[in-house]
Amino acid sequence: MALTISAPAPVGSINPFASVDALVEGLGGVGYIASRRIATALYMAVHLQKPILVEGSAGVGKTELALSTARLLAQPLIRMQCYEGLDESKALYEWKYGKQLLYTQILKDRMGSALADAPDMDAAMDRLHGMGDLFFSEPFLEPRPLMQALRHDDGCVLLIDEIDKSDEAFEAFLLEVLSAYQVSVPELGVIVAKTPPLVFLTSNNVRDLGDALKRRCLHLHIPLPEPALEERIVATRVPGIEQALTGQLVAFVQSLRMLDLRKAPSISETVDWARALILLHARDLDPAMVRDTLNVILKFEQDIAAVEPQIVELLARR
Amino acid sequence: MQHTLEEFLRALRAADVKVSPAEAIDAARTAATVGYADRELFKDALCATLAKSKDEVVRFDQAFETFFTRAPFALGAPPPDEGEGREGGQETPGLAQSPLAQMLLKGDAAGLAQSMEEAAARAGVAEIRLSTQRSRLTRRLLDEMGLAEIEKIIANARRMPDGQGVADRLDAAKKGLVAQAQAFVERQHELYASGSGKQLREEMLAKKALNADGGIDPVDLVMMQALVKRMAKRLADRYSRRRHTANRGHLDVRKTLRKSMAHGGVPFEIEWKVKKVDKPSIVAICDVSKSVAAAAQFLLTFLYALNEVVDRLDAYAFSGRLIPVNAILDDNGVEGAILKVLQTIGFQQTDYGRALEDFVDNHIDRLDRHTTVIILGDGRSNFADPRLDLMHLIQQRARAVIWLNPEPESYWGQGDSVMYRYVRFTHVAKQCNTLGQLERIVEDVLRTYSAH
Repeated sequence: MALTISAPAPVGSINPFASVDALVEGLGGVGYIASRRIATALYMAVHLQKPILVEGSAGVGKTELALSTARLLAQPLIRMQCYEGLDESKALYEWKYGKQLLYTQILKDRMGSALADAPDMDAAMDRLHGMGDLFFSEPFLEPRPLMQALRHDDGCVLLIDEIDKSDEAFEAFLLEVLSAYQVSVPELGVIVAKTPPLVFLTSNNVRDLGDALKRRCLHLHIPLPEPALEERIVATRVPGIEQALTGQLVAFVQSLRMLDLRKAPSISETVDWARALILLHARDLDPAMVRDTLNVILKFEQDIAAVEPQIVELLARR
Repeated sequence: MQHTLEEFLRALRAADVKVSPAEAIDAARTAATVGYADRELFKDALCATLAKSKDEVVRFDQAFETFFTRAPFALGAPPPDEGEGREGGQETPGLAQSPLAQMLLKGDAAGLAQSMEEAAARAGVAEIRLSTQRSRLTRRLLDEMGLAEIEKIIANARRMPDGQGVADRLDAAKKGLVAQAQAFVERQHELYASGSGKQLREEMLAKKALNADGGIDPVDLVMMQALVKRMAKRLADRYSRRRHTANRGHLDVRKTLRKSMAHGGVPFEIEWKVKKVDKPSIVAICDVSKSVAAAAQFLLTFLYALNEVVDRLDAYAFSGRLIPVNAILDDNGVEGAILKVLQTIGFQQTDYGRALEDFVDNHIDRLDRHTTVIILGDGRSNFADPRLDLMHLIQQRARAVIWLNPEPESYWGQGDSVMYRYVRFTHVAKQCNTLGQLERIVEDVLRTYSAH
C-alpha cells in the first residue's frame, strides 16, 4: 500500500517551507490556491511538528490540502477514513486471527510429533511456549494506517479524515499518537516514529471534539473563499475556462451563499459546475443554462425549489 | 516581549479563549519561529496555535486587534508658546526637575505613552474586573504618572508674575492626559473584564425562575435562548458519542469455536465481541397553555436543540388538544418553530384528560420498553377529568415517566392542580423552573442510556 517515490527532493529548487510566501507559491505549484492563513497554519505545523486540525464545511478543500501537501513534499500520503465504531484494530494493527487459527489446524499433526518425544509435561510446555511466540510475530501482523505512518522512516503525510465521525474512545486513543508520535502494542512494545509524519485531521463539526485533542493540534478553519480567491481556484482547477465565465459563475455562487439554504454550495461545487459548463460548451451564463445545471451546485430539492424562481433576479444583480 | 505575550494570553482567557499552560508554551515557540516583524504573519500563526474553534477564532481576532492596536497618543498640539512667558515660566519651581511636565510641554507622545504603560503596570490597571472600578483606576494611574506634581507646578506658575502662559499650556496638556488615561483604562476594561460580567449574568440566568412574576426581561430573553442552546448542545455532545459503540475489536473465542463445529473444528468464520448500546429514545409532551406559557417557550427551545442531536426524540405539544410537533421543529428555525407551535395550539384552556386521550389514541405505539416519557406541565386541568387510567397505561408501556412541573411542590395539590394524583403514575416528578434544573434532569435521563 505504501507508495515509495524515488525522488525525495521536494518540487522546485527552493525549500517551500522556508517562509510562508514560499509555501503559498509551492502549494500553488501543485494546484492548491491557499490563503495566507492556511499557509501560515501549515508552516507552523511543519516547524512546531504538531498535527493540524482542519475544520470547515464540506467541500472547502480540507482533504485536498493534505493531498496537495503530500504532493508538494513528494511524500506518500496515508489516509485513514474515520467512521462510527472505528477502533484500534482497524486503525493501528490487527493480528491475522484467521491465518493463526488455520496454521494451528494445519500444523496440528506436526505439533503432535514435535511434542511426542518430550520426556515430561514441563518439557512439552516449554516447547509449546516457543511455538506460541511464533504466532504473534511480524508475519501474522496486519499493520493498519497509523502503524504504517509511524513506520515510514522517510516521513509521510498522514490524513485522518473526518475525525468527528469516530467515537470518543478512539479520540482518546489518538492522543498518544498525536503528541508523542508513538504507539504501544502490548505484544511488540512501543513503536516510535523515526521521522514524525505530518498529520492532518479534518472535521466537519458533526460533534465537538474533546479539549485534549484540540490542545494537541494547531487549528485551522477554512471559510468559504472571497470572490477573487475563488476565481483563482476555479481557473487553476478547470484549465481552459474563459475568464468572463469564471467571473459570472463565481458571482452567482457567491450570491447563492447569501440566501438561506440548507446546504450552501462550497468550492468543490463551484469547480464541478465550472466543469459541467465547459462540457456543455457554455460561453456565458443564461437563465436556461443555470436552471438545467442547478442540481450540480445545490444538493437538496428544497434548495433548488427555492432558488429556481430567483435565477433571473440573481443573475441580473451583478 | 515575553511579558507582553503573557499579558495577551491573559486577555485571551478573559475573552473566553481557552489557553492552557501547554498552549502558552506553544505560543512562545510560535513567536520565536515567526518573529514579531510581520504583524499579519504573527497574528495568523498565533491564531492557528491558540484558537481551537470557529467561535474562538472570532474572539481571538477581536482580542488581538484590541490588545495590539495602540491609538496614537493624541494630546492635541500644545498651545502656542508666547515669547514673553518663556523665560519667566521656566523658572517655576520644580518644572525643570519634572520629566512629565517636560514631556507635556514638548508634546512628546511616544514618551508619554511609554510612561503611561509603566505607570499602568505599577497601578495594576490590568487587574480590572468590574466596570465600577474604572474611575478609581484612572485616578490611580494618573497618580502613578505624577499628576499631583503637575498640579503643584501649575499652581506655582500661576503665582509667578509671568508664569500664566506656562500654566495655561500645562493645564491644557493635563486635560489631554486625563482623557488619554480614561481611554486607556476603558480599553483595559474591554480586554480583561467585559467577558466576566457576561459570565456572571449567565450564571444568574440559569438559576432564574422561568415562571417568575412579571415574566422575563426581553434583554435576558435573548441571552437565555442562547444559554438553552448551549446547554442542549453540551448534553448532546456528551451523550451522542456513546450511541454507536459496536465492535470492540476482540476475538470472541467462545462464539468462534461454536461456529467452527459445523466445519469439523476449522474456524472459517470469526466472531467478534460486540457491545450493545441502548439508543436514547425520548417522548416529550409539553404543555403550552397560558399558565405555563413563559416556561413553555424555553422547554420548546430546549426540545428544539435536543431534536437536532437525539435521533429518536418525539415531541408533542398540547393545551386543549395534543399534536406532534416534530415536523414543525424540523422544518423551521428555532424562533419560527416556537411561534408556530404556539400559534397552532397555544394559549387555550388546558385539558390534560383530552390531551392524554389524543396521545393514547394516536401515538401510543410509539412507546416501548426503551422509551422515556418526559411530561412538562403544571398539572392544572381546569377541573376536567384527568384520565388517570390513561396515565397508568402510559406508565406501563414506557421505560420511565418523568414529570417536570414549573410550580413548587407546595402548590401541587392546591386549586385545580391534580399533580399529586398524577405523581403516583410517574417514576420521577420534580419541580423544574430554572434552566439549570432542566439541564440536570435531562442529563440524568441521557446517562441511564449509556453503554452497559
